[in-house]
Amino acid sequence: MYNLLIGGAAGQGIETTATILRKALKKSGYHIFTVEDVMSRVRGGHNFSLIRFGSEDVLSHSNKLDGIIALNDETIELHKDELNKNGFILCDSTLSSNDPRTIKVDMNEMAKEIGNPKVSGSIAVGAVLKLFGEKIELAGDVLKDNVKDQYLEMNIKAMEKGFQAVEGRFPHLEGNVSLSLMINGNQALSLGAMASGLKFYAAYPMSPSTSIMEYLASKSDEAGIVVEQAEDEIAAINMAIGASFAGVRSMTGTSGGGFSLMVEALGLAGMAEIPLVVVDVQRPGPATGFPTRTEQSDLKFVVSASQGEFPRMVIALRNHTDAFYQTARALNLAEKYQIPVIILSDQYLSDSHSTVEPYDLKKAAAIYAVKPEEKGEYLRYKYTEDGISPRLIPGKTNNIVAIDSDEHDERGWITESSEVRIKMMDKRMRKLEKLKLELQEPEFFGDEAFKTLLVGWGSTEGPIKEAVESLNRMGKGKFAALVFGDIYPLPQKLLREKLALAERLINVEQNATGQLADLIREQTGISCDSNILKYDGRQISGEEITERILKEVQR
Amino acid sequence: MSTNTFSTYETAWCPGCGNFSIIDCLKTALDELNLDPHEVLMVGGIGQAAKTPQYINANAFCGLHGRSLPAAVASKIANEKLTVIVDTGDGDSYGEGGNHFIHNIRRNVNITHFVHDNQIYGLTKGQASPTSGEGFVTGVQVNGNINTPLNPMLISIAAGAGFVARAYCGNKEHLISVMKQAIEYNGYAIVDILQPCVSFNKVNTYAYYSQRVYELDDSYQPFDKVAAMQKAMEFGDRIPIGVIYQEPKPSYHQKNTVLKSGKPLIDRPDDSSIVNKFMEEFI
Repeated sequence: MYNLLIGGAAGQGIETTATILRKALKKSGYHIFTVEDVMSRVRGGHNFSLIRFGSEDVLSHSNKLDGIIALNDETIELHKDELNKNGFILCDSTLSSNDPRTIKVDMNEMAKEIGNPKVSGSIAVGAVLKLFGEKIELAGDVLKDNVKDQYLEMNIKAMEKGFQAVEGRFPHLEGNVSLSLMINGNQALSLGAMASGLKFYAAYPMSPSTSIMEYLASKSDEAGIVVEQAEDEIAAINMAIGASFAGVRSMTGTSGGGFSLMVEALGLAGMAEIPLVVVDVQRPGPATGFPTRTEQSDLKFVVSASQGEFPRMVIALRNHTDAFYQTARALNLAEKYQIPVIILSDQYLSDSHSTVEPYDLKKAAAIYAVKPEEKGEYLRYKYTEDGISPRLIPGKTNNIVAIDSDEHDERGWITESSEVRIKMMDKRMRKLEKLKLELQEPEFFGDEAFKTLLVGWGSTEGPIKEAVESLNRMGKGKFAALVFGDIYPLPQKLLREKLALAERLINVEQNATGQLADLIREQTGISCDSNILKYDGRQISGEEITERILKEVQR
Repeated sequence: MSTNTFSTYETAWCPGCGNFSIIDCLKTALDELNLDPHEVLMVGGIGQAAKTPQYINANAFCGLHGRSLPAAVASKIANEKLTVIVDTGDGDSYGEGGNHFIHNIRRNVNITHFVHDNQIYGLTKGQASPTSGEGFVTGVQVNGNINTPLNPMLISIAAGAGFVARAYCGNKEHLISVMKQAIEYNGYAIVDILQPCVSFNKVNTYAYYSQRVYELDDSYQPFDKVAAMQKAMEFGDRIPIGVIYQEPKPSYHQKNTVLKSGKPLIDRPDDSSIVNKFMEEFI
């Protein structure tokens, strides 16, 4: 497995170079995982992309580098300590690096000769392919898809120049993936929503959720989805509720700040029993926090957001496969139980690209609720055994449909009756009993004879998996982990079963207070023995978890 | 519940409230437009006026304070066959929902917005609303309201609304006619309905309005924007009622590329082959 960093200032073309490289490497049949580390600015600063690739499954990023493409001196200064001994720093001859691992190429000069300074990125692509023992032909088609026709010839020439300018460095790896998608979390989530019949999406732009709206908008005409940019997040969620009430599958998405504005309406969906999916792509808070960075600090907020009590479900996305299937499932569950379902993603998952098996659309298809029979007086909030009342769509039958954010009777009419209040509250809460029967247990992996059990949730799955594998390989003890996807209501069966076997329980979370540990303690009375927490906005890596377990826990 | 008439239910309004004549006029307008209750969606927020959807026999969405417009426009986007009417108060529309008010004028979804404008908060028992006059004394504005009253007609015209009207609950025949025109208008139509609050507003009474309100006649043509803005600013000794500004404009559905042709969104089948095609772009 190799790991490459491309770094420079915003506006220097890091993203384009990284995109072409990862697409070219995909053609070699590798497993690939890329992350973007971007500052919240359009020009300047320090940004980088990481591309990790190889013949084994790549689950997350790593900070141990085999190569650096440096577009400025700062990149070298900041990252040279992460570079392996036999790694390389590829940069333009004008940079000042005197690190012995530096390979200087006259990229800027060559680009000028070719006729456009912007083709220096393609020179770097050519050089990197050579350094990793790849064939240059890989990138030809990729350039065709990513470069405008009039610049194509120049870029191909530039790539060839770069290829010739360096010697091979690393042995070529054998790619073994014949068919895969390379997709980021927000795109995967959007595809899952469309596969499950999404017809309406309303949102207000907020990093790192905006690319959901952008991707859906780019497909809206073809897919027949209305994508509406709302005037604020309050409008966005109320629109999604209105469209859902009127009978189309609807979703809204935001990050923690926008979710804060949506909170009252989340309760409306709960009270009025209108299916709704809300995506919270988490970033570090509070307030504006780190707009372009990652954190898992909204868990306790979303499980309790909004005044009063109502049934809800929270699903954390662990990876790019989850992002697709769980979003489709969220829309189906919201419809089945007539509840709000919150999807927790984060910046790490939303912006990172991963190679995944092509999705099975059949497994993500919409499951629509059976249309209720129309007999006698229609009662929108009829008391039923499982708490799920017959839901008609306004205008689609001769019945009238009334919903109310006030407490209401079976007809949907406002009431202050104590008896009705209790019956209606119980009816709503009863839906959870049935929902709990179809919760998905957390994923378990590691040594079956484990002594130490790690628990985590969401996008730290990949790093936790790598850490467990590496700790077990090192023989420093026997480790296993449970990583939650469905997280509220908290599935407890496997947790209790595995915990009975563990000598030590450690929560690994991307937040400062250990929110999953709190939730587990609240729901089960079980406390974690130690924790590995990170809250600097940068995703924890498998290596970091391993090191910290050895240093802080396994002393 | 299934019925062919727009009957009304027992209300929680004060005797003499302007809401009674407004709901009567609404029923008549809907009947005269030959609409059936199941074809109509009434949307309200929170407030005394916002209870109207709870008291009339039609589909009802009684949502959150200030948030009726986003829910209403999205319902219309989902199913354009519904006649969607937001029926709510001045606090709900211009205060808590002020941002949605401005931006849904811009959106121009084909819905109708009736604002019961009594220049006071009734449900919370008498505080200044966005349209309360300067100097208006309440339990909160104890030394008199120091804020400039908002002029909803002027704002609507300035923000680009295509149908802007004012009516008075004390002139039912006129109100019914304005309501019908507003419902039939293709696009966002706002009617600001002047309405005394008999319990809490001792200034803007029936007598106050009866002395000031006058109907716009044929000598006033509502198609000139500048003239309409001048007319909208007439709010003092004389208060004009009627259509203040009207302009044919393409509605949201006519502008939105997904909605402008084909079936209503709700009637469109899922197509997994198109999602398959999108997926292939990642291979």
